[in-house]
Amino acid sequence: MIKHLLSMTQLSREDVTRVLDTANSFREVGTRVIKKVPALRGRTVVNLFYENSTRTRISFELAAKRLSADVINFSSGGSSVSKGESLKDTALTLQAMGADAIVIRHSSSGSPATLTRWVTASVLNAGDGTHEHPTQGLLDLYTIRERFGRIEGLRAAIVGDVLHSRVARSLTFGLSKMGAEVTLVGPPTLIPPDAPAWGAEVSYELDPVLPKLDVCYMLRVQRERQRQQFFPSVREYSSLYGLSRDRVAMLPEGCMIMHPGPMNRGVEIASDVADLPQSVITEQVTNGIAVRMSLLYLMLGGAS
Amino acid sequence: MTARRVLLRGARLVDPASGHDGVADVLVEDGLVAAVGDGEATRATIVDCGGLVLAPGLVDLHAHLRQPGREDKETVETGSRAAAEGGYTAIAAMANTEPVADNVAVIQEVLALAEKAGLCEVHPVGAITTGLAGEAMSEIGEMAGAGVRLFSDDGNCIPRSRVLRMALEYARAFDVVIADHCEDASLAEGAQMHEGYTSSFLGLAGQPAETEEIMAVRDVLLARLTGGRLHLCHLSSAGSVDAVRRAKAHGVRVTAEVTPHHLSLTDEDLTDYDTNRKVNPPLRSAEDREALRAGLAEGTVDAVATDHAPHAIEDKEQEFDQAPPGTIGLETALAVVLTDLVGPGRLTLSRAIEAMSTAPGRILGASGHGGPVEPGREANLVAFDPEVDWVVEAPFASRSRNSAFLGRTLRGRVVHTMFRGELVVQDGKAQR
Repeated sequence: MIKHLLSMTQLSREDVTRVLDTANSFREVGTRVIKKVPALRGRTVVNLFYENSTRTRISFELAAKRLSADVINFSSGGSSVSKGESLKDTALTLQAMGADAIVIRHSSSGSPATLTRWVTASVLNAGDGTHEHPTQGLLDLYTIRERFGRIEGLRAAIVGDVLHSRVARSLTFGLSKMGAEVTLVGPPTLIPPDAPAWGAEVSYELDPVLPKLDVCYMLRVQRERQRQQFFPSVREYSSLYGLSRDRVAMLPEGCMIMHPGPMNRGVEIASDVADLPQSVITEQVTNGIAVRMSLLYLMLGGAS
Repeated sequence: MTARRVLLRGARLVDPASGHDGVADVLVEDGLVAAVGDGEATRATIVDCGGLVLAPGLVDLHAHLRQPGREDKETVETGSRAAAEGGYTAIAAMANTEPVADNVAVIQEVLALAEKAGLCEVHPVGAITTGLAGEAMSEIGEMAGAGVRLFSDDGNCIPRSRVLRMALEYARAFDVVIADHCEDASLAEGAQMHEGYTSSFLGLAGQPAETEEIMAVRDVLLARLTGGRLHLCHLSSAGSVDAVRRAKAHGVRVTAEVTPHHLSLTDEDLTDYDTNRKVNPPLRSAEDREALRAGLAEGTVDAVATDHAPHAIEDKEQEFDQAPPGTIGLETALAVVLTDLVGPGRLTLSRAIEAMSTAPGRILGASGHGGPVEPGREANLVAFDPEVDWVVEAPFASRSRNSAFLGRTLRGRVVHTMFRGELVVQDGKAQR
């Protein structure tokens, strides 16, 4: 297994399958009364969060704890970071304390890669800027595979602010690696240049894409993007690219509706749509713990 | 070494200004070239230059020496030493110091520091506008009187066309050059690199080549309007080369430079988020690099300039989007040009010397530099070994170590640099 998880692009198809298979066996642990296995007893996992993310941090924390690892949460607010400590010095400190794995969330793209220059611990990217969020991508692949029994040959659309989305990058690379067909949908201003080189189709219209989908993945759209003139108004965005009740009616039966959270209800997804049975948003959360257990286990060589 | 009479023996003399290219001994006496050709000189210290290339000392149009203000990054002395070890005998020191070189006092301070270091000629660049604010013209006439030939707000583009128009017009009175860093600020907002496949893959905000090209086109139009002497700094894109080519064809007085890193690297060299390769303008596509190389070979791009930009270790050892842009370059420029352009046959050695010495010497008005290497001329020379391989690594003569080429093996290295008849660098080491 790889030493660091920085990007979905590092993983081979076999690696992905192994992570998902291992996650499958860990998911059962979450259903027990005592939700714990001793696989990582005595190992130390540090959650280094420079950006607030309750969901991802708790998911990693639970994953590590269910593997019996010692977990330290280090967030930038109220720590040495708020006193101006650099990423390098924080990294060296954690290194000196004997961290075996560092889970990092940072608003700057590439920070996990930068961190690997200074530490011997395994580094797991928990979302870096507008680059990648590979564990989210893997848990999405897990959720999709669980529903359909396969990923190959499925048709997925990833809709919204693809340009700024780390989730979109990881998921697109993951889906195309596993043989699914991906269409990126959004206004041209929010579709990255050379997106076809990602192995994806591009559509600026949502409606024609909907009837053939197995997976409809909605991305969070920050209201900030309106101010930056990526689109004229939230109202127009929502009417062109939001998943409304009417659009859900255009989806084939059995199509999954996904969202990485946190949702902007009424912007990219209508409130009643988010609560439909086709929507697997809370399943994604549950699966996230198992996938992160799998990664920590495989990367820290839990067997040794 | 302070011998009054030195014979540089057996080198291949490449001197584009005179067209000379062949083995010749050069006798130097009292700071001046005394003779060029064969023959022994009596009572001279003989420096064996067999196997080396001897050329007029290199001239850099674009170095940031950081003094006054950021002496932790570089000083006039350490920058001069880096220059000398890189084969330079004259360099232009950019105006974005603290305080800004927008007045004669700062200009004279830099000149005095350079004279004291005594390693190469330093030509302070004057700011076009006071405080580099892009609004009020600085006292260009007074600074020209103090010897400044090149004016630039480098780091900032002159945002308002009217301000640049006035500067180009006003500068005509003193026959000085206005150098602009072409960048449309709103297109560059937040950008960390060139916009393209690599930026979208890395999740870094990009700026398109048009960010530079829009201003390059505007600038040459204003040069046409005013008849002023315009110089475009560190071109990075094919469209900018086209703009200069068209302007020159129409007789516009424009010159342009390109850096070794833009000639050597592309945006794809950023895939490991190496902040030493974060530069402004950003490294662009392979097609842009190709156009820069062709533009340099044909002479559309006049000069190679380093944009030597020292930064403290802690400034570069940061998250990519927080690190300041810039790479040091004085100590590697010649080797990069030899390795990536001359070696593979993209540029003749003579054109390389012209672009690194003769042409920038002329633009800068550095009369004792750039050749011709002839009796009576100031002895500013470089001797380099074109065959030796070396690895770029710290320590550097520069106070900083943020080189985009760290770890690279380059071919060709400076052996001796002679400044005003004195071997300030011998066997690759500065003598003071």
